[in-house]
Amino acid sequence: MAAKPDAEIVDQVRRVLADHARLPMPVEGLAQDDDLYQAGMTSHASVTVMLALEDTFEVEFPDGMLTRGTFASIGAMAGAVTQLRSPST
Amino acid sequence: MLPAVAYRIGMDLVDAQGVADAVARFGDRYLHRIYTERELAECNCGQLLAPMRLAARFAAKEATLKVLAMTDGVPLRSIEVQSGFGRPPKLVLAGEAADRAERENLSDFLVSLTHDGGMSAAVVLATVGRG
Repeated sequence: MAAKPDAEIVDQVRRVLADHARLPMPVEGLAQDDDLYQAGMTSHASVTVMLALEDTFEVEFPDGMLTRGTFASIGAMAGAVTQLRSPST
Repeated sequence: MLPAVAYRIGMDLVDAQGVADAVARFGDRYLHRIYTERELAECNCGQLLAPMRLAARFAAKEATLKVLAMTDGVPLRSIEVQSGFGRPPKLVLAGEAADRAERENLSDFLVSLTHDGGMSAAVVLATVGRG
């Protein structure tokens, strides 16, 4: 079972989105499971969000995780980052 | 009676300023994640035009993903736009993108690019069931 992302990771993801997602509304108003594409995030913006997440969390998204679902919500991104930062079993 | 021909079409629109900002912020990490070496060489045309050309190519890649009906796990570098230099540009698929096109029975990919007012767009058309 995937570990639940902690609040600090979620907050950092929100800051990345505020800086890079180019959304037409404040990120603070979005719930963790709100669809970011429905909220106005474009496919190009999702690329810059991905790169910013890699910088912020010092991770690298493998090709297999470059899916629409990975970047669809704050919760999904926080979960992906948590997974990438978990030590391999 | 001639057999009916089916097509799939995809379109995308990209803000060139977003591309310029991404290049400024992430540099080669952004460029080499998205574009092939050939695409970067063909878009190396100065600060004004390069973001628009890169944005058009990004739009072409996204439009192709729509034609392939597949957005997950396909590296954007597996879709390459080759400049026509006076002739229409060509779309060349490799790796995951090419595999998907074969599984979907898609061929004869055509692409058209445009840019105006800071926005770049691309349309991609593929034939279903031939080739």
